[in-house]
Amino acid sequence: MSRLTREIREAARTLLRDKQAQVVIGFEEGSLPLRSRPCFIRKAEDVDRLVWNSFSEINLARYLTKRKEKVALVTKGCDSRALVELIKENQVSRDQVIVIGVPCEGMIDRARVEAEVGHKTIVEVKETENRLALKGRAFEKVLDRREFLYERCKTCDHRNPVLYDMLVGQLLEEKGQDAFSDVEAFNALDREKRWAYLTEEAGKCIRCYACRNACPLCYCPECFVDTSQPQWVGKSTGLSDTLVFHLVRAFHLAGRCVACGACEQACPMGVDIRKLNRKLLKDVKALFNYEAGVSLEEANPLATFSADDPEQFMVNP
Amino acid sequence: MIRENARILRKERLERFLEDLLQDHLVLAPRRKGELLLLDRIESPRDVVLEDGKTKNSAKYALFPQRERIFAYRAEEGKVELHVSPPAEEKQILFGVRPCDARGLLLLDTVFGGDCGDPYYVDKRARTLVVSMACVNPGPSCFCLSLGGGPCSTDGSDLVLLDLGDCYVVEAASVKGRAFLQDRSFEDAGAEALARAGKIRKEAESSMNPAAIGEALEKRLEQPVDDLLWGDLAESCLGCGVCTYLCPTCHCFDICDEAAAATGERIRIWDSCQFPLFTQEASGFNPRPSGKERFRQRIMHKFSYLPRGRNMAGCVGCGRCVAECPVNLDVREVLEKLSQAEAQ
Repeated sequence: MSRLTREIREAARTLLRDKQAQVVIGFEEGSLPLRSRPCFIRKAEDVDRLVWNSFSEINLARYLTKRKEKVALVTKGCDSRALVELIKENQVSRDQVIVIGVPCEGMIDRARVEAEVGHKTIVEVKETENRLALKGRAFEKVLDRREFLYERCKTCDHRNPVLYDMLVGQLLEEKGQDAFSDVEAFNALDREKRWAYLTEEAGKCIRCYACRNACPLCYCPECFVDTSQPQWVGKSTGLSDTLVFHLVRAFHLAGRCVACGACEQACPMGVDIRKLNRKLLKDVKALFNYEAGVSLEEANPLATFSADDPEQFMVNP
Repeated sequence: MIRENARILRKERLERFLEDLLQDHLVLAPRRKGELLLLDRIESPRDVVLEDGKTKNSAKYALFPQRERIFAYRAEEGKVELHVSPPAEEKQILFGVRPCDARGLLLLDTVFGGDCGDPYYVDKRARTLVVSMACVNPGPSCFCLSLGGGPCSTDGSDLVLLDLGDCYVVEAASVKGRAFLQDRSFEDAGAEALARAGKIRKEAESSMNPAAIGEALEKRLEQPVDDLLWGDLAESCLGCGVCTYLCPTCHCFDICDEAAAATGERIRIWDSCQFPLFTQEASGFNPRPSGKERFRQRIMHKFSYLPRGRNMAGCVGCGRCVAECPVNLDVREVLEKLSQAEAQ
């Protein structure tokens, strides 16, 4: 058992036993190799279900909105940033959540692991330190987990939770600032190529809304795609409607998206529109010097007004 | 048992066989598109990927597409002109789909076929030949055996191929399939090949874990289940449509118009019981107001209403909902918990 798993269980046990929290939301072993999944622990005797490993990927802050109980949340860097936004947007009260902070060394992109073994069936996975030992019916392979992380985890500059009430493990050294080199490279492409990327990615979409539903900041009581009176957008997989869904969702998240990648993980079809979200992250940072989910005090620039707001992006009629 | 009339297709003949099929058929087969393995139209035998398990999309995609045009219309000076496309005539082959997907078509047949058949589905179904690839290596999410199917099941297929390493044993499971087996690409199977096939089949079956599905579950679901238990079971559910859209048997749809000023199309699109809009009434009232009720509907429809009404579960155990669920909410565990839940 890893140190983090052990410390998370200890924290959860204390919180439940002393009735400081009614539920601990964390991760447990999934039912398949390469998977962990959210779990909701309400009794101290059940805390041994909790685990922490390289597949603890879903953003658990997603389970906070509309919840009435006092929650202890197992919180990695990106979960904590989503929590900060939810608190600022009055969706979650700070007193309602006990943050069990977990410094995060990145999550494994299982699609990469599956590709690495030639899509052969993996039946067992063991993780120790940085080794990932895979077993199939007729093969065994050991990988270095650091080589199979999600792209965003490789460039993540908030591996430590930005706020916490208790910390498990030890704080990690933060990497340098994200240079957004992927966005720069995309910007440099000509218009046709950028359009081709968007249409190709949207073309894979099956409109299952896993991206939206996994997103901790997509909490609208009624999403614009579900409005029927008036109906803003068509419901089919026609390209224009699908693109409208993805583009408008990206705009709704401008200045709010914490780049946790929950949308990308949840998507069964490998739709990758992160470049859009990242372009907006980069612009908000460049124009307003603001990064979402980092401070509870700093107001979201797109939800406030100041006379000195930059306006070089305004279009003159 | 592997049928005695099974024949052999040598692997070196597969390419030629597929090329012949491509001459006068639309062939859909597993192929890679980037990282995704999809059941999609192939242009050449070299596109086909047979060893990598099941495709992300299920076979229903070929017969009940996510977006299907019913008719187009144009309104002009008080007149409305309708345009209905004539049915396609090309025969299609679903090649290399897995036995679970083929079996799923049997449920779709009861929904869209029968006395008041759906013309769009029935037409495509009649033009379709299903050539399945038996599973030598069922994955950890597979549970077809618990639903009455199996890694080498022939239900719903016309032909089933089983990989013996150097060749395929090919079984015919329908009149259409038997006619196909007369093709000169096939050779007679000897007793030795049949014995090897039988052994591989046994090994594949014994490698699978049983799931708690059967009469006990059906009986249990006839009695009410504690509402709190549904809440617990559905607690991690995101309420997205992954499970229903990738499912080979889910078949709920919506009809809508996609219209511009004077022209438009009436289309049929997939819908999902997991979406709030699915049961939203015109008054604004929603009889399934939260994820708990929608989750309950999905489970009850598959494992109680369909078995009772059509004598067939709405699940073939393909495991897509298990493997593709963003939060790995495993239906096998849900069914196990339901089986054990005390009656109210």
